[in-house]
Amino acid sequence: MKLLILIPAFNEEGAVGSVIGEVHAAMPGVDVLVVDDCSEDATRHVARAAGARVLSVPHHLGLGGCVQAGYRLAFELGYDYVIRVDGDGQHDPRDIPNVLEALEREQCEMVIGSRFVDGAQGQTSFVRAMGIHFFRAVLRPILGRPVRDPTSGFVGVNRTALALFSRSFPLEYPEIEALVVLQRKRFRFVEVPCRMRPRRAGRSTITAVKSLYYIAHVLLGVMVNVLKFEGRRK
Amino acid sequence: MDRLMNVVAVLSALLIVLVLLSIRRAHIRVEYSGSWLAAGVLLLALSRFRALQDWIASTLGLTDAPLAVLMVAGSLFLVVLYRSSMVLSNLKDSNIALAQKVAILEFQIGSLDEKVKATAR
Repeated sequence: MKLLILIPAFNEEGAVGSVIGEVHAAMPGVDVLVVDDCSEDATRHVARAAGARVLSVPHHLGLGGCVQAGYRLAFELGYDYVIRVDGDGQHDPRDIPNVLEALEREQCEMVIGSRFVDGAQGQTSFVRAMGIHFFRAVLRPILGRPVRDPTSGFVGVNRTALALFSRSFPLEYPEIEALVVLQRKRFRFVEVPCRMRPRRAGRSTITAVKSLYYIAHVLLGVMVNVLKFEGRRK
Repeated sequence: MDRLMNVVAVLSALLIVLVLLSIRRAHIRVEYSGSWLAAGVLLLALSRFRALQDWIASTLGLTDAPLAVLMVAGSLFLVVLYRSSMVLSNLKDSNIALAQKVAILEFQIGSLDEKVKATAR
């Protein structure tokens, strides 16, 4: 079983080193790949010094493009499972074994580390909480089942989902749209409890002002993915 | 009204000249100039032929022929802008795929390089 821990990072020099250290402590010997989204700081050097391999994209692609680059490489290198952990320290790498265990046990295509299922610990801002409630309601009829934490970036995928996402993955705010992409293929996902922490360093790319744009963009993206013609993208 | 149509004719001629100059200087590719040239030629023709203006106005149910010309002009520019958005979207998709491919190839070259150095030691 080949497992890759994928860490997308953009200007995360203050946090990415400790995240990699925690991943190695939680999962000794596992491969760690940092996808550096053309950071202007020392993210890639810090990541290398902490023992990760670094995939550097030549210009800023945004979160979706950056994660998809990692998925593409993982697929080409033959990994069976990829678990994505954010580079800002908000996800607790001690939960990685739970995500992996769920991927193997449930035989589903994707596992979401959720801060809202039983036993999870984590707090979120009021604006984000409202957004989560809104998208839960939007996604419920599309997915045909509830999803508690649709904005979580702490996700594990198996090789089947990896093959799909390496071909077709939402490019800007991918978490919610990825669920719709998954649903189109009738793939399954489960949620497992996980801890979410405040970010260690740096600033979130989603500010209060951008939240409305985020909601409009993701809503449009969800609708487009529901109606998407599969043959367009190669 | 004649003055307005003269202005439309001059602007259309300017658009055509500008596009042709842009093609000559390679600022715009030939395949993307077609829609702008077609829009310019159509507007120039519309501004010069009163019978054509009247026919479009009556077809659209308008009493004012110049208003019909402006509606056609607006619609043409919307179509051209829509086409540009499609081209831009395709270019962005291709650009992202290319950037990802370059990054993956660099990664693999780096990995091979490390293996060669490790073997040489």
